[in-house]
Amino acid sequence: MSETSHSRTAQTMSRESMRVLPGSHAYDVQSVRFRYQSNESHAISWILDNLSFHVQEREVLGIVGPNGSGKTSLLKVLARLMTPQQGRIDLFGQDMATTAQQEIACMVGVVPQDTQILFPFTVAETVLMGRFPHRPRDRWAGGFGWESREDVAIAEQAMITMDIVHLAHRVVTSLSGGERQRTVIARALAQTPMILLLDEPTAFLDLEHQIEISSVLRRLKDERGLTVVLVSHDLNLVSQYCDRIMLLDRGRIVRLGDPAEVIEPEVLESVYRCRVLVDPHPGSGLPRVTLPGRPASGRT
Amino acid sequence: MKQLPAMIQPGSCTDALSHEPDRLASHGAILTNLRWMTALGILSLTTIVVSLVCLHFGAQPMAYGEILRVLFDAVSHKDGTDEASDIARTILLQVRLPRILLGFLVGCSLASVGVALQALLRNPLADPYVLGVSSGAALGAAVGVLFGVGTGLLAETALPACGFAGGLLALVVIYRMAATYGQLPIHSLLLTGVILNAVFSALIMFITSILEPNRSYGMMAWLMGTLTAPTYSSLFGLVLYLVIGLFLLFSQMRVLNILTLGEESARTLGIDTERAKRFLFVLTALVTGAVVSVSGMIGFIGMIVPHAVRLILGADHRLLLPASALVGGTFLMGADTVARTLIAPTEIPVGIITALAGGPFFVYLLLWRKDRLV
Repeated sequence: MSETSHSRTAQTMSRESMRVLPGSHAYDVQSVRFRYQSNESHAISWILDNLSFHVQEREVLGIVGPNGSGKTSLLKVLARLMTPQQGRIDLFGQDMATTAQQEIACMVGVVPQDTQILFPFTVAETVLMGRFPHRPRDRWAGGFGWESREDVAIAEQAMITMDIVHLAHRVVTSLSGGERQRTVIARALAQTPMILLLDEPTAFLDLEHQIEISSVLRRLKDERGLTVVLVSHDLNLVSQYCDRIMLLDRGRIVRLGDPAEVIEPEVLESVYRCRVLVDPHPGSGLPRVTLPGRPASGRT
Repeated sequence: MKQLPAMIQPGSCTDALSHEPDRLASHGAILTNLRWMTALGILSLTTIVVSLVCLHFGAQPMAYGEILRVLFDAVSHKDGTDEASDIARTILLQVRLPRILLGFLVGCSLASVGVALQALLRNPLADPYVLGVSSGAALGAAVGVLFGVGTGLLAETALPACGFAGGLLALVVIYRMAATYGQLPIHSLLLTGVILNAVFSALIMFITSILEPNRSYGMMAWLMGTLTAPTYSSLFGLVLYLVIGLFLLFSQMRVLNILTLGEESARTLGIDTERAKRFLFVLTALVTGAVVSVSGMIGFIGMIVPHAVRLILGADHRLLLPASALVGGTFLMGADTVARTLIAPTEIPVGIITALAGGPFFVYLLLWRKDRLV
């Protein structure tokens, strides 16, 4: 097989290995309830309470809500880092509960909130770890295996996408928060996933990199067909860059729809319990959220 | 941000390899086969040279030519030609060589276990000695001796099993701690080690106090860490355990890389973390138990060696683990040579030498290199 066709194989491998059912959603979530084990004695402590929704293929879905509304828990359940006590989640039509972790890892890339890396790996080594789920499934590949030329090429492309090639030889422990964040996103991209889950992807980034990351996520969706689910506190960012928004409050879905349907002042005020101003963004026309601000001093 | 490369777009597959994947390798950003072989080749040569130097030193320094001749004769099954060469042969093959082999095996194992524990607990200070795994293994072996395991026919293979059981007991406690915190923060790690070491030491002291005086003295010497006069049969028993333990540990090198990212990230990269951790903890206990039952408590190698190797060769466990094994083995051979020649003919237990080297290093890390700690 030529090297080019090897690369093509990598593109289709995850889709084939997962037996993606035609016409299925990226995620189909049905009546999911989740709570932490230690809370089970309390009757009303569901972190996620009876959630049903689907995530379409090739969409960018933003999950927003106040602190403690269950955003991160939902993301972890979608990544199968936590298993819901009730309900069912299908990943491209296949029950996640019965799917092997490695198979999920070939499909779903996760960028966690805490991206701290404690050991002095280089940036390139860290991104290359994203190829781990695609290792040959022989018994000893967990130890002695080397990445193929194709693995290295894919990792390098992910680094180009996230603009970190110039950092390749740097040690991750010496990076700034933003550089580290981009490294971890590149690692997730190196998994060649079909779905990317991100928890507060722009939290550590300056304005320039916030816009860059958000744009690159949209382009990955448009050009590569990636499905993106991201959790964020930044209502404006979500409004400008997401196709649909899910507003969570106390583990329940308050609204799920396009930005104009969700970013409404009455809805936000009832969930966040504070006044906000919503007007159309002068550039995109999409809703823009502004805090009311304090009264200007010296004016009457 | 750059235009999306064609490589990760569906369908269109402009040749990704035109980006020259060797570029990362040539800049030293990733571990390559060449770097791996060069580093391990140099370390292997160093190990051989140091072992020859260690064979040279002793109550009676032996010329290097003589050493090579005896070793060559032994390999080709030739007998010595005169009485002098018979004596040289006996000293070298029956006294120094087994001891150096034991030193290498023990150092190699302790450093490997240190690497594994540091990745598992995500803490670069983890070490079987500091954590109390060694004292757990020592307690296991001491209990074995108390019940007469060390005197039977199966002594060489049964005592390591007792050590394994003791080490496993310590690791179960550490595993529970790590499971509670997600990782073992530095203070919890040290505290766990202090508590385990205190409890196990008390129990070992109790066993020592109820043994007959001569056995009790032997046990005290063993506890201080010693490589004195091993027989080839005891070496064989140890090798049996270590071959299995280290081979399986080496089969997990890439998994160790991923585990350093933390449990959640490791799972999102497709690892069944619970299974991987349990497997690695059992291997760690097996190797530590086997080593401690033969050589007693030799401390700090598991911490210093991986630290030093990581600084120079990087964090990829595919190189870090075998390189640490070689450096650990070489270091302990050297330390033992110092221990037996420094105030010859009196021998210092080698555990004292490693503790004197490792203790200050530990304090240095705690006081001045906090940035390297978790």
